[in-house]
Amino acid sequence: MIELTTTRHNPLIDPSLHVWEWQIPVYLFLGGLVAGLMIIAGIRLIVLRPSRREALVCCTIGPLLGLAALSLGMFALFLDLAHKLHVWRLYTTFEPTSPMSWGSWILLLVYPALLANALAHLPEAIPALARRFPVLVAISDFILARLRLVLAIGFANVALGVALGIYTGILLGALGARPLWNSALLGPLFLFSGLSAAAALLHGILVLSAPDEERPAFADFLLSSLARVSGARPLDPNAGPVLAGADNSFLTIELALLGLFLLGHLTSTAVHRQAAGLLLTGPYAAPFWVFVVGLGILIPLLLQTLELTHRIRHTLAPAVLVLFGGIALRVILVAAGQESHWFHALN
Amino acid sequence: MSRFAMVIDTRRCVGCQDCVVACKTENSVPQGYCRDWIVEEVHGAFPTPHLEIRSERCNHCAEPPCVSCCPTGASHVHDFGGVVLVHHDLCIGCKACLAACPYDARFIHPDGYADKCTFCIHRVAKGLDPACVSVCPTHCMHFGDLDDPTSEVSRLLASRTHHTLLPEAGTQPRVFYLT
Amino acid sequence: MSTDQRVLNAAAPSVSRRRFLKITAASVAALGAAGTFAESLSNGKPAEKGLRQVPTFCDLCFWKCGAIATVRDGKLWKIEGNPLDPLSRGRLCPRGTGGVGAHFDPDRVRTPLLRVSERGQEKWKAVSWDEALDFIAARMRKIQATYGPESFAAFVHGIGGTFLKHTLKAYGAVNIAAPSFAQCRGPRDTAFRLTFGDDVGSPERTDIENAQCLVLIGSHLGENMHNTQVQEFATAVGRGASIIVADPRFSVAASKAKFYLPIKAGTDLALLLAWMNVIVGENLYDKAYVEKYGFGFEQFAAELRPYTPEWAYPETGIDPDTIRATAREMARYRPATLIHPGRHSNWYGDDTQRVRAVALLNALMGSWGRKGGFYIPSSMDVPAYPYPPLPKPSKPKIESLINKFPFAGENISTAIRDATITGKPYPVKGWLVYATNLINSLPNQDETIRAIQQLDLLVVVDVIGSEIAGWADVVLPESVYLERHDEMNPELFKHPFIALRQPVIPSPAHQKPNWWIAKRLAEKLGLGAYYPWNDIEDYLAARLKAGGYSFDELKRQGILTGKQPPIYFDDGAPATFDTPSKKIEFYSTQLAQAGFDPVPKYTPPEPGPPGSYRLLFGRAPVHSFSRTQTNPLLSDLMSENSVWLNAAEARRLGLNSGDYVRLRNQDGRLSNRIRVKATERIRPDCVYMVHGFGHTAKGLPHAFGKGASDAGLITRYKTDPLMGGTGMNVNFVTLEREA
Repeated sequence: MIELTTTRHNPLIDPSLHVWEWQIPVYLFLGGLVAGLMIIAGIRLIVLRPSRREALVCCTIGPLLGLAALSLGMFALFLDLAHKLHVWRLYTTFEPTSPMSWGSWILLLVYPALLANALAHLPEAIPALARRFPVLVAISDFILARLRLVLAIGFANVALGVALGIYTGILLGALGARPLWNSALLGPLFLFSGLSAAAALLHGILVLSAPDEERPAFADFLLSSLARVSGARPLDPNAGPVLAGADNSFLTIELALLGLFLLGHLTSTAVHRQAAGLLLTGPYAAPFWVFVVGLGILIPLLLQTLELTHRIRHTLAPAVLVLFGGIALRVILVAAGQESHWFHALN
Repeated sequence: MSRFAMVIDTRRCVGCQDCVVACKTENSVPQGYCRDWIVEEVHGAFPTPHLEIRSERCNHCAEPPCVSCCPTGASHVHDFGGVVLVHHDLCIGCKACLAACPYDARFIHPDGYADKCTFCIHRVAKGLDPACVSVCPTHCMHFGDLDDPTSEVSRLLASRTHHTLLPEAGTQPRVFYLT
Repeated sequence: MSTDQRVLNAAAPSVSRRRFLKITAASVAALGAAGTFAESLSNGKPAEKGLRQVPTFCDLCFWKCGAIATVRDGKLWKIEGNPLDPLSRGRLCPRGTGGVGAHFDPDRVRTPLLRVSERGQEKWKAVSWDEALDFIAARMRKIQATYGPESFAAFVHGIGGTFLKHTLKAYGAVNIAAPSFAQCRGPRDTAFRLTFGDDVGSPERTDIENAQCLVLIGSHLGENMHNTQVQEFATAVGRGASIIVADPRFSVAASKAKFYLPIKAGTDLALLLAWMNVIVGENLYDKAYVEKYGFGFEQFAAELRPYTPEWAYPETGIDPDTIRATAREMARYRPATLIHPGRHSNWYGDDTQRVRAVALLNALMGSWGRKGGFYIPSSMDVPAYPYPPLPKPSKPKIESLINKFPFAGENISTAIRDATITGKPYPVKGWLVYATNLINSLPNQDETIRAIQQLDLLVVVDVIGSEIAGWADVVLPESVYLERHDEMNPELFKHPFIALRQPVIPSPAHQKPNWWIAKRLAEKLGLGAYYPWNDIEDYLAARLKAGGYSFDELKRQGILTGKQPPIYFDDGAPATFDTPSKKIEFYSTQLAQAGFDPVPKYTPPEPGPPGSYRLLFGRAPVHSFSRTQTNPLLSDLMSENSVWLNAAEARRLGLNSGDYVRLRNQDGRLSNRIRVKATERIRPDCVYMVHGFGHTAKGLPHAFGKGASDAGLITRYKTDPLMGGTGMNVNFVTLEREA
């Protein structure tokens, strides 16, 4: 037993680091979600090919939601900055050793990629908008007429999505001072968590847009209002099972990565074991097991498996749970990671 | 080239915090914050405990994780003695460096930028010791150049047993504790 | 906050601004400086630019270290040690460095205050200096007329009280006491005077830097931050001196020790007697020294015989082998073996005898007057100011009438308090309190408050709205040391020197220096003739001129040093002992004649109620008494105290470090909440806390309710029959978890 006392009492630092509150986990979650949306949208764009003009909405609604989510996420990040007026300094330099510098430049590229992806099939997805702004049709035609451009947009979305997703994990993983975060597995973990969230989100939208009899009643009002405003066609219900299937794959991989992440810590130094203990048995164990593992991964996995095997109807539940689990994962990892410490392990 | 370092004799230190208050006045550190602090580490049990008292601060690491994680280049290694400093105007207050420092040596100044010990580089440039060193009533602190084998810090490190904080973190601290 | 409260704290800057505001205000850099800017404008002077350095001497404690204050652009920036000063040697302690915060203290009293409601309610009316001093003078004249001037007493601490004491003596007051005697160093000074015929003094004449073996009994140097001593202690540690620490608590000093003796509280005298038993029994003492300078050694040696290490073991908890080993260790390095006399020595009521044993152990080592022991100090001769002769008192002072404490060398604060309560031997109807927070410095606060209720006038001169100021009829706000002149300090020390205190910056509001207050009060009392000088600079210049010193040089340097005469017997310092036998008194005839033990005898301490812990208290290096907790720099270093509890006891009670508890003493008195420090650094039968916290005065909003007050729990005290000191480590507490 070691008795360690310090006279330091700096705000945000003592008694244990708490520099990041809700803003950073929200940003990391939305970043991951956008990454997932980009990858799914990118793949769809590549797979669809321009010859087929009927749009799959995850190519359009996904990226549009992605643009919104990304803006929200960056706003959350901005709110976290202590020296807000200097934020532009991010773009006067590139620091190759800083994940945050990489991230800020990646984010700058994500916007046009997402936008281009959304514009490719916008007229079909939201005809009302296209009627009002005919230029959107022209843009869409321009893109779809050029196969290489479509492929470029698709691949750019996939590549940037992967980079963005991994970056959100590496941002924490690179901080060796916090043993809980100190794993490169956080990159793929956050990437697949983002993918599962994105698939769940799109799946949720498709569930909402499914034929009346299959639709959860509570969504009626919401959906009809949405349809009236956008004048949209019913979304492609065939994509639902596909996305749910994909989501299950992502969730399975995420679960495996989470296991490996913890295993890595448990087989590492005492400092890392103690850090993992924060999640497994310590103060964060209850929320971790219940919200992240149980409600966020296992139950949606089960529900979606039952949906896919047609034992139950497709509902919003798995989508909501996966999204919630994605937020919980970041909130808990950010909080517990800040509490994990080299010095505390002495006690 | 020079590599500035601090050597602190834990045998002499009584943990009086004079170094802390001297730093606060010299550098106008805002109330409620400190750039250096005292740690007391007790091993063993009464009536034979062992107590080590340390004056701690930024370690001005040779491998500073706060510098490598900085997205704007605000955190940097200064040419003068390899001291780790922060350009206030470049700092956006993202706090990555606070999270990156295993010693929790940094804080966010109320004006928004990351702040910490500067080794009183403004004094050192004038040939003075850092404020904490110059004020210490027990003379337990020494400041100097590791690259100069005749400097007091070099001689002390050559002749006395010493340790650094969390050497396993791989940061190569330049604050040494004589035991 | 009442209007009256606002008067006290009008200058208080808003300490916590919301974080949101900080962000928006970041670009408005001038915001933080707005207050001082406005104040400098109100002076109507152009803003000062650049750096300015002024030498002065510190007032954060009584050590009086030479300091150099730096003012930057008209604002006090920092304070550093004066390299010319033999006390600080260019390095101040944390309080001295943090002295900047005394000037900026948000809880400073800003204007004279007159009480407008019941005593202790802390409701005030801000008045002018003339109103306040007229009020005081009128009441003082009335007391003088009704009861005689002896019925006006004063409690004064530190060099700042010089002129107030002069005014009071001119008025005819005789009962002027400092709690620093009967509540602090009295037993030590009395014991050393009885043994060597001389005081240890302040600064202590301990030659720690040259000691080969240093023995600390309860003395926690390093936490007790007396600058020169701590510097020399570190030198001794660095040199590898053998250090022996006996303390129920594993102090910072203990962590540097070769031998740590975890002694049971209250049994130090048993250990001292056993040490002397070994040293005399094994013929380890300095025979030549004892033969040359000692008196009554044979009787002393005979008295020691029963006190074997085996006898001491069950009393002290220190095993006989360790007692023998440490006794031999001391003898090995004599005469450079210094058994430190301590300072605050009012512990158990038998304190003079205990410290006499310390003195005798030193005598056995031959350390008095020897290198590494006690040097012979000297001072520079500065003639007193040629004042007109003071009036002859018509009544003697209280102590000489009660005739209870034959060896009290100074006035006993608690005896004045008793006389105030009882009206005997004569009534005490007025108090002036200067720079001592009597509520926290005297044991048993109820008695102090009962005494205050008997008064016709209580004047408190203070810099902050302390507890005692809260009970006053009139509070006079004094300038802090950085804003005033004071009496100069021709220190009695190893290296003789004169130090000057001079203003660095103006006072922020209507505060005045004590010399101005004292002189003005004297004038109001019709005693202006006792102040033949106009300004303190005239006074200082006159004294320095009479001594043949240059005032200009002193102003410029802050310090004038003199030639050091021999400081050790071996170098020719005179070996004189002002005792009845003119020798070191191993056997004290005067004690025997007065009916006390001529050689110290041990009586075991009374145990506390079962399940309780003995309450011990001490110092932190960053605070002085109860007067620095509102200093923004120092409170930042330590804003509340904690109660040290043995880790195993804490586990047994289910308490963790950081948990809040309240302490309840044997008389049911409950403390403010205080955090537990569960630690391996203290015995399981006592608890320890730093003195000075747990403020209850509304005038101290920045310290109010932070930590707990040991003073509030010290309802019992045991009076030293030799000199009237109040042993305060006789209280016991239990811990109650704070929900």
